[in-house]
Parts: sequence; C-alpha cells; structure tokens
Amino acid sequence: MEPKRKKMSLQKRHNLIGWAFLIPASLLIFVFCFYPMIQAILLSFHKGMGAAQSWTGISNYTRILKDKTFRQCLFNTVFYFVIQVPIMLLLALILAQLLNNRDLKFKGLFRTMIFLPCATSLVSYSMIFKSLFAGDGFVNVLLTHIGMQPVDWFQNAWAARFVIIIALVWRWTGYNMVFYLSGLQNIDSSIYEAARIDGANGIQQFFKMTVPLLKPTILLTAIMSTSGTLQLFDESVNLTAGGPGKSTMTLAHYIFNISFVETPKFNYAAALSVFILVCVAVLSAIQMKVGDSRD
Amino acid sequence: MTSNKWKNAISYIVLTIASLLSVFPLYYMLSGATNKSIDIVRGRLIPGTYLMENFKSLTTNQNLGLAMFNSFRNAIIITVLTLLICSIAGYGFEIYHDKGKDLLMSILLLAMMLPFVALMIPLFTMFSKMGLVNSWMALVLPSISTPFMIMLFRQASRSFPVDIIEASRLEGMSEISIFFRMYIPVMKSTYGAAMTVTFMNAWNNYLWPKVILQNNESITMPMLVANLKSGYSVDYGMLMLGVLICTLPTAVIFFCLQKSFSNGLTGAVK
Repeated sequence: MEPKRKKMSLQKRHNLIGWAFLIPASLLIFVFCFYPMIQAILLSFHKGMGAAQSWTGISNYTRILKDKTFRQCLFNTVFYFVIQVPIMLLLALILAQLLNNRDLKFKGLFRTMIFLPCATSLVSYSMIFKSLFAGDGFVNVLLTHIGMQPVDWFQNAWAARFVIIIALVWRWTGYNMVFYLSGLQNIDSSIYEAARIDGANGIQQFFKMTVPLLKPTILLTAIMSTSGTLQLFDESVNLTAGGPGKSTMTLAHYIFNISFVETPKFNYAAALSVFILVCVAVLSAIQMKVGDSRD
Repeated sequence: MTSNKWKNAISYIVLTIASLLSVFPLYYMLSGATNKSIDIVRGRLIPGTYLMENFKSLTTNQNLGLAMFNSFRNAIIITVLTLLICSIAGYGFEIYHDKGKDLLMSILLLAMMLPFVALMIPLFTMFSKMGLVNSWMALVLPSISTPFMIMLFRQASRSFPVDIIEASRLEGMSEISIFFRMYIPVMKSTYGAAMTVTFMNAWNNYLWPKVILQNNESITMPMLVANLKSGYSVDYGMLMLGVLICTLPTAVIFFCLQKSFSNGLTGAVK
C-alpha cells in the first residue's frame, strides 16, 4: 500500500509541476491577447471619451458602411491580398521545386541569396524601395537609359500599389520558399524518380505531385500570408505614406491613424479592428476547409 | 539526357535571376551608404568613399547611439524572456501532458489568429492606466509569450529522450533542474532557431513601439530609420547608411544561425 500511495502522490506532484511550468506563458497570453480582444469587442459597442463610455449598440458598425476612407482602405488591402499572395506563393513554390534538385550546384548559395531579403526589417526595406522608385530614383534612371519615360511611381495610385506589391513579393518569397523546401525534402525522391521514368514532365510533376504533397505546408503559408496581408502596416506608412491621397493606405494604417494620429476615436477604431479579426478568422476557416476537402 | 540538361540550364537561369533580384536592393543599400546623395540620384552603383561623411550627418541628425542602445536592450530582454517562458511552457505541455493541458494548448493556439491591430488599442489603454506608457515594460510584456514559440518548443520536446528524464529522476534531480541542466543543453538547435526568429521580430517590430513609446528617449532603430525620410529633400546616402546599420544586427544573427533557423523553424511545422 505504502509504495503505491507514494507513486500516486509523485504523479500528482509532476502534474502540478507541469502546470507551474506552463502557467506563466499561458497567463501572459490570456492577459495580453484574449483580454484585450474582449476589450476591443466591448469597446466597439460603446461610444465616448476615456472612462465616460456609454452603450451605443451597433452604431460604430453601421458607420463603417458609410465610411469612404474605409472602403478605399478595404479595397487596397483586398487588392494586395488577391494579387500579391498568389504570385508570391507560386513563385516560392517554383523556386523551391527548382532548388530541390540533387544535380544542382550552388544550391546553398542560391537558397541563401533568395532568403536574404528576410534579414531586413520591414521599415528598412520600405526605405530601400522608396529610394529605388523615387522620382529621381534608380528605377527611373534605368527607364530613361533604355529610352522609356520615367514614371512618377508615388504620384499615381496604380503605380504606387504596384510598387507595394513588388516590395512585398521581394521581401516574403524567400521566406515562404524555405517552408516549401523543407517540405519537399521530406518527400521521398524516389516518387519523382518513378514519375520521370513514367514520362511526367516538369510541369506535370509540379502540379500533380509537388502541389498535392505540399498541401499542408501551402495551407500554412497561405494562412500566414492572409493574416499578414490583412495587417499590413509598415509598408503603407513608410513606403507610400498611404498616398497619393489615401489610395495605397491599408486598414491597419487607417486604424492607427484614427487612433493615434487624428483625434482619437478608439471606439470606432475598435469596430474596424474587430472587422479585421472577423476577416482573418473567416478567410483562415475557408482556406482550411478548401485544404481539407481536396483529400 | 539532353532534355535533362535543358532543364538544368533553365533552373540555373531562373535561380540566378531570382538571386540577383533578391540581392540587388541590398547591394543598392550598401553602395548607397558609401556614396554622396547626388551621385546615388545620378544612378551610381559602385561603392564610393563617402561613408564617413554619411555617418557624420547621420549622427548629427539623429541620436544613433541611443536608438542602438534601446533597440539592443529591448530585443535582448524580449529574446531572453521569450526563450525562457515559452520553452519551459512547451516542455511542460509535452512532458507532463494530460487532457487539461492539451485543451489549454488548443485554446492558446487560437491567439495566433488574433491580429495585433485589434489588440493594440485595448493594450494601449491598459498600459496608460498603469502609467507604463514609454516604459520598456509595456513594450516587452505583450511580446514575450507567443503561441507560435510555445508550439515550436512543444513539438521539439517530442524528440527529447524520456530516458534522460527517468534517469535524472532516479538520481534525485528535481524537475526544474532536469529542465535547466538536461533539456536546455540538448535542445541547442531549437533554441538557436527560436532566438533568431524572436530577436529579428523584436528588433524589427515597428507598430507596437510606435504606439507605446512616444517620447524621444525611447526611440528604436526602425523608428530612427522611419524618421530619416521626413524633411523636404532626402539625403539618400545618409538614409541608406541608416538602413544598413538597422539591418546589420539581424543580418549577422541570420548568417550565424541560418542553418539552425531553417532546420528548427520548419521542423516545427511538420
């Protein structure tokens, strides 16, 4: 009887120690993620300044519908999302596929060079691209050299959006490629060997084998990029300053402005941020659903 | 055979173009940091001799030393605390796992879905009520526990041999010292990867510092770089040098820990 009781209490002790190990981290997440989230939702149903808050129902949300700047920012954000994410993920997949070739030399060098943009901070690379595409910047010098008209990249809405997309693709393609590369390295290369013997060409191998086999990784990168794109901030602030006008401003940038730059409208900003939360959740759920159903 | 050769040739061409495009903006930054603004505007791409002058105008314009000090202090505090708190939690979730802990873990993972912009305003109000605006505490506290890091360490703990734990227990080691003296030394590469990611994120973070650090004394490197563009005419040489200095620490860490970064990080995704 005696040893068994001791063993039980030892197990209980271990169980308690386990809880002690994970409580600091869990507590921090509850206090600094879940609690503020609930606060934001509550805030979005109230109006007023500071401590003088009164219930206002959904008026902050109906106000969103009439907000022209919001519509512009939503359009911009969705535009970046729809154009940039697929281009970037496809590019990353192709590069990973090319690098996953045993006969290839300088593999490490190529990988490092393509991954290198990830070592720059978002503010830094925004500045580099701002200089490259400035009115008197390198890209325009290049265009003039080859006999083309220089472009006022940051004065034209579509040109400015184009610059943001180029910059985003530059910064994040290598990052996603590393995920795919390690996913590919887990796939048995004999499968590709067999496909080659059966006469499958590179493009067939890519769509019939690489894409389906990497599905979990593609899903993960898609969800990360979705959440990242919906929260774009640094680039909008530093690369284009949201301009010309508000034609490149992202939702996160707009929320920041109405909270901390203009007269603070915390309640309205909270409603907008709840909107982003719902978008991230819905889009991730859709992606997971699509990812699952292809099995 | 020839089709294989063709395929390889195309691979080399595509990869070379991709590599050059990836590196070019960084080369532009490097050469820009050593050139006069006017030469950069004229399209000069060869490294010049204007580095010291750019450095002088950068240090007279901005408090570079202070921003460097702040950024290093913040990033080091965040990295050390994150590694400690998240690794011990990941270890706890895996080694002592039971139904309750697994449930808690899946709740914590939901936090990954929460966009930071949505938390920013309540966090700001919370810290301003506590009188912690402009303090490093307010900067650090929301950053040191992330579901991603806990998950990374939980996954990695799966490969930690249970025999070591059993043997250490028989020798009479306490649970906490098993973690510190057995687990940490074995999991070096996971710590390496976690350190790279955390340090880079902490160093590069811009939105939260911009919200919570509002006085000049708390300026960080990304904020300093963002300041350089204001004014009527931009001194590109000075700007590129600022960008370079802001990029150097993360680039050095990236190069030193590149291997463990891709191994440790992607290992957690499987």
